[in-house]
Amino acid sequence: MKPKAKDIREIVAPFKGDRGVTIPVLQAIQNVYGYLPPETFSIIEDELGIPSSVSYGVATFYSQFRLRPVGKHIIKACDGTACHVRGSQTLLSSIKDHLDLKDPESSNDGLFTLEIVACLGCCSLAPVMMIDDVTYGNLTIEKMKEIIMTYRKGGG
Amino acid sequence: MSKTLIRIGYASCGIAAGAKDVLAVVEKRMKKGSRRVELQKTGCIGICFDEPIVQIINEQGQWTYRKVDGKKMERIYDEHVLGGAPIYEWTVGELSTGGEVPDRPIFEHQQRIALRNTGIIDPESLDAYLEKQGYQALEKVLKEMDPDMVVKEIMDSGLRGRGGAGFPTGLKWSFCKKAAGDRKFIICNADEGDPGAFMDRNLLEGDPHSVLEGMMIAANTIGASEGYIYCRAEYPLAIRRLKIAIGQARERGFIGKNIMGTEFSFDITLKEGAGAFVCGEETALIASIEGERGMPRIRPPFPAEAGLWGKPTNNNNVETYANIPWIILNGAREFQKFGIKSSRGTKVFSLAGKINRGGLVEVPMGTPLRKIIFEIGGGIPKDRRFKAVQLGGPSGGCIPTQLLDTPVDYESITATGAIMGSGGMVVMDENTCMVEVARYFLGFTQNESCGKCTFCRIGTLRMLEVLERITKGQGKETDIDELKELAELIRASSLCGLGQGAPNPVLTTLRYFENEYHAHIVDKKCPAGVCKELTTFVIDEEVCRACGLCKKACPSEAIEGKPGVKHVIVQDRCIKCGSCREVCPFDAVGTG
Repeated sequence: MKPKAKDIREIVAPFKGDRGVTIPVLQAIQNVYGYLPPETFSIIEDELGIPSSVSYGVATFYSQFRLRPVGKHIIKACDGTACHVRGSQTLLSSIKDHLDLKDPESSNDGLFTLEIVACLGCCSLAPVMMIDDVTYGNLTIEKMKEIIMTYRKGGG
Repeated sequence: MSKTLIRIGYASCGIAAGAKDVLAVVEKRMKKGSRRVELQKTGCIGICFDEPIVQIINEQGQWTYRKVDGKKMERIYDEHVLGGAPIYEWTVGELSTGGEVPDRPIFEHQQRIALRNTGIIDPESLDAYLEKQGYQALEKVLKEMDPDMVVKEIMDSGLRGRGGAGFPTGLKWSFCKKAAGDRKFIICNADEGDPGAFMDRNLLEGDPHSVLEGMMIAANTIGASEGYIYCRAEYPLAIRRLKIAIGQARERGFIGKNIMGTEFSFDITLKEGAGAFVCGEETALIASIEGERGMPRIRPPFPAEAGLWGKPTNNNNVETYANIPWIILNGAREFQKFGIKSSRGTKVFSLAGKINRGGLVEVPMGTPLRKIIFEIGGGIPKDRRFKAVQLGGPSGGCIPTQLLDTPVDYESITATGAIMGSGGMVVMDENTCMVEVARYFLGFTQNESCGKCTFCRIGTLRMLEVLERITKGQGKETDIDELKELAELIRASSLCGLGQGAPNPVLTTLRYFENEYHAHIVDKKCPAGVCKELTTFVIDEEVCRACGLCKKACPSEAIEGKPGVKHVIVQDRCIKCGSCREVCPFDAVGTG
């Protein structure tokens, strides 16, 4: 969805008057667009009186926030301790090869964005990855390729 | 025929392993008429390595089926649930009495207090919680006890903070209770950031009301009427179930004004974290709830005096709160029966890594590591050699074989150089490189350092550079001294636990595995065969039986050979991932 200032204003409006809202308001905007469009920060300043320096500071501090558009599906590859000792590094480089990813970590077809995360908490199924909200465990390179194929075909 | 209960483990790990398909089969079958069958979705049953788990419970006993899929579920339903004939070969045989009779209690060395309901009740049902004495502890506190009695009970129980630092919970409450202020806050730290730890996720997914009840008891005790749960966003199911639980509690009047007809009023707000490990530190967490960058603040003043919005605030971890209702109902003396003098009660651990039965376990404090890893966890896959167990995540350390008899209590674990931490236990075998593990953790803390303290911000980067150099075979003999010096400086000049603990993984691996560092630096070899620049994989012709498994597993098609012809690794195509070594059933793949 292409961000429009008016729409962003609508997302921001309900947070007026509350305190401690910087993170929730950024989360609400990102939930809609998958990232934080550049106009986010000035709109938050206008509507909520939070200086854009502050909201930008928050956005760059937390790993959840993205400042660039993302692919249709987000792959979160886990590199937690348990996944790490069970071969997540090899899996990770295979995902990159398989999707032909370069920096920034999005595939050319706009279908996938790869993020490396610290732990998804499914350690006994290591190595693990999450695509959007679905977690896949006990991965092998073959299995990873099959799963990604289902998303390519429009499933998942 | 009596009623049969079908219980499906429906936590994140179960769902990831395929519990959705299993559930669909049961629901479809039940539509055909099933007055004698009851379906129950629970949180994690604890045997995560065998997910999806299905339990069939009837008058004859309880059977636990492992690695169930849709097809298996169809047969289990038709033959066992309807036909009364268990399919023994699919049950958790080695944990039961051989498969011919119902399971004995699955984890016999366990003692479940915090996890008392997890895996047993439907976490999305308030009634299920009420049936298990839910909210009775709150009622007792509101109607029969005054706050001083509650503080005394918790103090007498010996409960210490389960988030890792081990501060006595009763004492913490008493500080906040005494603090002057008309407005006070309760926080539940559910920002389980340690990689390799999933206790809190499972508790929140499996029994969210027990955590809410614990928070409410704390709130009434210290005089707070507002609470926050700070849960990491990586746990969508935990967040969903917490939302359901809060909604139910509000609807039935357990949350709101004049709870149970008393003066006590309380409301809870759920805050989703945004991904910052440092927010596990309480002052950083408070800054984050206030909407700021999660950077720690100088203590004192402690949050008990000036915390959220400058008001007195009590912050405890998920597991700590889950213990509270049990202690109130059963008494401090009962709780004291578990554990040892300085560390009372039980502790939940998540077992993961190179272990046969990874999952969630709750054991009395003081249980030796060996018992947890080898008896409950079933030891190391493929009978490989145990090398170390990592406790306490990025602020913790690696405990070696010779210390396996260390009991798990706060003081004994600290004496090894590791920390108790929140309960993540990652087991490492002979194929894990300890230098690379140290590099991994330093990379993590370096990335997660908030940047406030110079030594944490830059010192960890310098340490990381040294470790990267060593793992690439460019280490110098002076590197070990440099690491030790940096470690001391970072520890001494960082404000919070993240920085102070950051050197621990390096210091413990240096303490117990210095020979591995020397092998990397002097011999330019990685004994575990992990560091790519220092490893060459070779197949031992004498041992190879030409089964072809390694060839199939190789992602870079670097293995040549046919059935009957010994396999060979073509070195210039090898990416040194170690997949061949992992799959070889004959241990024919070694490092040269």
